[in-house]
Amino acid sequence: MIQATAIQSTAEQKRRSILLVVASTFISAVAQVLIKTGANRIAPHPGFVTTLFSLVLIPSLFAGYALYGVMTVILVIALRHGELSVLYPVIALSYIWVAILSVLIFHESMNGFKIAGIALIIAGVAVLGRGSEA
Amino acid sequence: MNTPVSSMAWVLLGSFIGSFGAVLLKAGARRLERNLPALLKNWRLAAGVGAYVLSSVFFVLGLRNGELSILYPMVSLSYIWTVFWSKTFFGEKLTSTKFYALGLILLGVALLGMGTR
Repeated sequence: MIQATAIQSTAEQKRRSILLVVASTFISAVAQVLIKTGANRIAPHPGFVTTLFSLVLIPSLFAGYALYGVMTVILVIALRHGELSVLYPVIALSYIWVAILSVLIFHESMNGFKIAGIALIIAGVAVLGRGSEA
Repeated sequence: MNTPVSSMAWVLLGSFIGSFGAVLLKAGARRLERNLPALLKNWRLAAGVGAYVLSSVFFVLGLRNGELSILYPMVSLSYIWTVFWSKTFFGEKLTSTKFYALGLILLGVALLGMGTR
């Protein structure tokens, strides 16, 4: 991470980094939806071994984690040319996408505690990004 | 669907194990060589991936009976472990800014826990 930020990057490269990270946060939210869809297909109170095999045997679970792998590669590429203090809060966007998709797709409830909790976590991740650059 | 405490406990355990994945990958990356035999003998990388797979199993165990909108943000607890391991294993500085950041994350997770019923 420290070496990566030391690379001289043009404004264009930095802009592209931010776009890549925004894209990767959305992909990771879609991956989470696939993972939850797959988890719902496992018997109600699964054991450790059942769950381990489900990661490979349930298509949506496998697809979710494969997508997560793709997302990680995109993120690593993006991190080469961006400032971490900018990219960290952008990474935290995934919490917003996941909250929206959870309500839309799984009809989960939203309330003040959840919204405040997610907002504080995003703030925490953003502050952590600043702390890493100092 | 609401989120039982057991689901939160599984995700907490998963985030703890996942933070070791990050430490092992970092330790493995430091010894990275661009040839296959050396890559295969780099047990730290393999153990790092293994830790991530293990943490995924616990995440899915929790997610089976809980809400995604609660449990996904709770994975941010791994930031807390990671900051402490970074100090312990790699001697990275624990600044007051990082401390405030972890406080915010911890408070956020506590509020999320209160948001389920």
